[in-house]
Amino acid sequence: MADFDTPALKPYPVIPPIEIGVMAHSKPYVAKPEIQQKIGFPGELVDNWQQVAIDKMGELVDNSRALRVFLDSCVKCGACTDKCHYYLGTSDPNNMPVARQDLFRSVYRRHYTLAGKYFPGLVGARELDQEMLDDWYSYFHQCSQCRRCSVYCPYGIDTAEISMAAREIMDTIGIGQKYCNEIIGKAQTIGNNLGLPQPALLDTLEGLEEDIEEETGVTVRLPLDQHGADILLVTPSADFFAEPHVDGLIGYAKVFHQAGLSWTISSHASEAANFGMFIGSYDNMQILAQRIREAALELGVKRIVFGECGHAWRVAYNFLNTLAGPFDFLDPNYPLPQHICEVTYDLLQRNALRMDKSANDDKVLTFHDSCNVARASRMGDFEGGQFVIPRAVIQASCNHFYDMPAHATKEATFCCGGGGGLLTDDLVELRVKGSLPRMEALKQAVDDYGVTHMAAICAICKSQFSKILPYYGFEMDQVVSVHQLVSNAIQLGGEH
Amino acid sequence: MSLLTIAFTLLFYCATALLIIGLAVRIRLYAKTPVPLRIPTTPAPLTGAGVVGRMFFEVTLFRSLFKASKWTWIFGWLFHAALLLVLLRHLRYFTDPVWSWVVLVQPLGAYGAFVMLAGLGGLWARRFLVDRVRYISAPSDHLMLALLIAIGATGLGMKYVAATDIVALKAFFLGLMYFDWQPIPTDVMLLLHLSLVAVLMIIFPFSKLLHAPGVFFSPTRNQIDNPREKRHLPTRNAHSISQAKQT
Ligand code: HEM
Ligand code: SF4
Ligand code: SF4
Repeated sequence: MADFDTPALKPYPVIPPIEIGVMAHSKPYVAKPEIQQKIGFPGELVDNWQQVAIDKMGELVDNSRALRVFLDSCVKCGACTDKCHYYLGTSDPNNMPVARQDLFRSVYRRHYTLAGKYFPGLVGARELDQEMLDDWYSYFHQCSQCRRCSVYCPYGIDTAEISMAAREIMDTIGIGQKYCNEIIGKAQTIGNNLGLPQPALLDTLEGLEEDIEEETGVTVRLPLDQHGADILLVTPSADFFAEPHVDGLIGYAKVFHQAGLSWTISSHASEAANFGMFIGSYDNMQILAQRIREAALELGVKRIVFGECGHAWRVAYNFLNTLAGPFDFLDPNYPLPQHICEVTYDLLQRNALRMDKSANDDKVLTFHDSCNVARASRMGDFEGGQFVIPRAVIQASCNHFYDMPAHATKEATFCCGGGGGLLTDDLVELRVKGSLPRMEALKQAVDDYGVTHMAAICAICKSQFSKILPYYGFEMDQVVSVHQLVSNAIQLGGEH
Repeated sequence: MSLLTIAFTLLFYCATALLIIGLAVRIRLYAKTPVPLRIPTTPAPLTGAGVVGRMFFEVTLFRSLFKASKWTWIFGWLFHAALLLVLLRHLRYFTDPVWSWVVLVQPLGAYGAFVMLAGLGGLWARRFLVDRVRYISAPSDHLMLALLIAIGATGLGMKYVAATDIVALKAFFLGLMYFDWQPIPTDVMLLLHLSLVAVLMIIFPFSKLLHAPGVFFSPTRNQIDNPREKRHLPTRNAHSISQAKQT
């Protein structure tokens, strides 16, 4: 394990006193020139970077009402200061949402407000110098864009918007983050974040078909690039390989199989994740979104369904239609897009799936609401459906389910600690510490109800938990996919 | 007309013009700035009427703040509610005859000032006592509270310590409104009170007091959650993609 101490789990949530600068050293690797250039940014720090950055800031604010209103409106009331999991886990005051915003706002004030131009000291306006840029690089990569702060701010100020803008400005002057930008490049050229080409994908899916047949005796197909299929499934590429993601993918396949739905995966758009959002780059986000449109047209599908992934669902649910629409060539009887949980939920409502809940009797479950599903999107046709539907799917698959405490679920959910483009080994300390509030809530559910497993509907959450659970004395396989539970419970054979 | 009267007459014309024009310019800018994507903080209302309801509770009850921090909510809400009451009470200086409902709020408004000061005191105390809030406070955040407290204190001072000639004061303000200028009473407490109010009016459009119009324009609060039912049209076109690729 690395050279830092895992925080102790406390029996009840505590707001720590501030410790200035304790996370200033936490910085992800900087992207190499090739990576930067591939996605349209300068390879290294440009000469007149300060001016370029300030100009870009102005351009971004001119084009985003959210940024403009957020930068003006904060009254420094402090309501958000204890809401960020990274503050709670690290005690670094720059991880308080308002302080994180102020790294940006102070520069904005200096250059774009009367008060900041003439009385910088009075209103806390500052220059974007090397020291400030270093702070930007540290602390805008300590925000998982989870939006928990925006729930509690009286004006809904969303620090995620500010982090995205800051990252875009840094990319524009040539300072990008390796992890995100490398992945965006791969997804734009190969079609998925892992860089899996079509033959490898085909091989993997065939292997999964064999596994299912071996285990259940039933032939369940996982089709790739199947022209004329009804449904295009777009799922995070981690679903093809990682544990427990792949068990979720098997679950989707079984659901489609039992419901008799014709579906396919596309190698061209073999990635639901859209890391363009994490770096605030509308253009890169749009390029990735367009691949999904292209795949849907090429394969001639009627519907698009997304697999379990949090930020992917945000981009799909809220942005896809704007970025790559209109999707008038799809069947208008289905929402565009649909979440796999919505599909399964509808089938369950219609008794179209045969479930044996006792298949999961070896587990006592709880559910981790993923930030981007909870606070940035919806499922179903009613407000708050994103909380009801996954829980209903879980409860249709098992007999023992308990929620974690209310301050850590639904709209108040805590991030897993690895969202927003931070799921990289160079940020392990941050990831471990940032997961503290979630781990405390889980521990409480374990103590109160004997919970053994936590289900998640996000590829990043699942990978993050597999990695950090052991730091807190849990086992890595205590995180499961929601459709893994479905997969266990669904009774195959004898359909059609 | 005395120099003092001329000075205050000009001061209030300027302050009013800056307040109104400054706010109008800012609000226009908010309204004209595009919203590229849908970003409501969910769960969010599915209809326009729902959004009106959400906004209503935010503005009148500070619902999000209530979820966040009960102390800040109590002090903050008391301060704003009392401020509103006090402002309404002041309408009697600008209307003749005084509207009947303004007459009705007069007795309540008399307590408003004390509540307002208590709320402001609580908010200011937090800036010293809570380490997190101390960290995020700039000098301007302290000064803003000091200014409001000073306005409230000088106001109370006229009521309880050094009364001023209210009839003459009203004549001064009505004179301003109808361009029939009248002399201003010369009590120090009043002049101080009015100067501070003018300062508040002038800094309003250039400070964090923009949160008052800002809250109505916040996309996370005022957007309807219906992106699948109704396509949010792009505010820029796809050509920027190729541009991005070239740079
Ligand atoms: C639509 C009208 C308004 C709304 C919804 C609103 C809402 C709020 C909220 C929720 C806060 C945070 C809590 C607090 O610290 O009190 C706040 C702070 C504040 N408001 Fe307002 N406000 C409005 C109008 C005004 C006006 C007209 C003034 C002006 C004179 C004002 C002055 C302040 C000040 C000075 C603070 C900061 C208090 C501190 O330093 O802690 N507000 N406002
Ligand atoms: S968006 Fe989440 S991670 Fe970022 S500052 Fe807000 S609470 Fe913290
Ligand atoms: S809750 Fe909102 S207004 Fe209050 S300090 Fe945080 S960002 Fe600023």
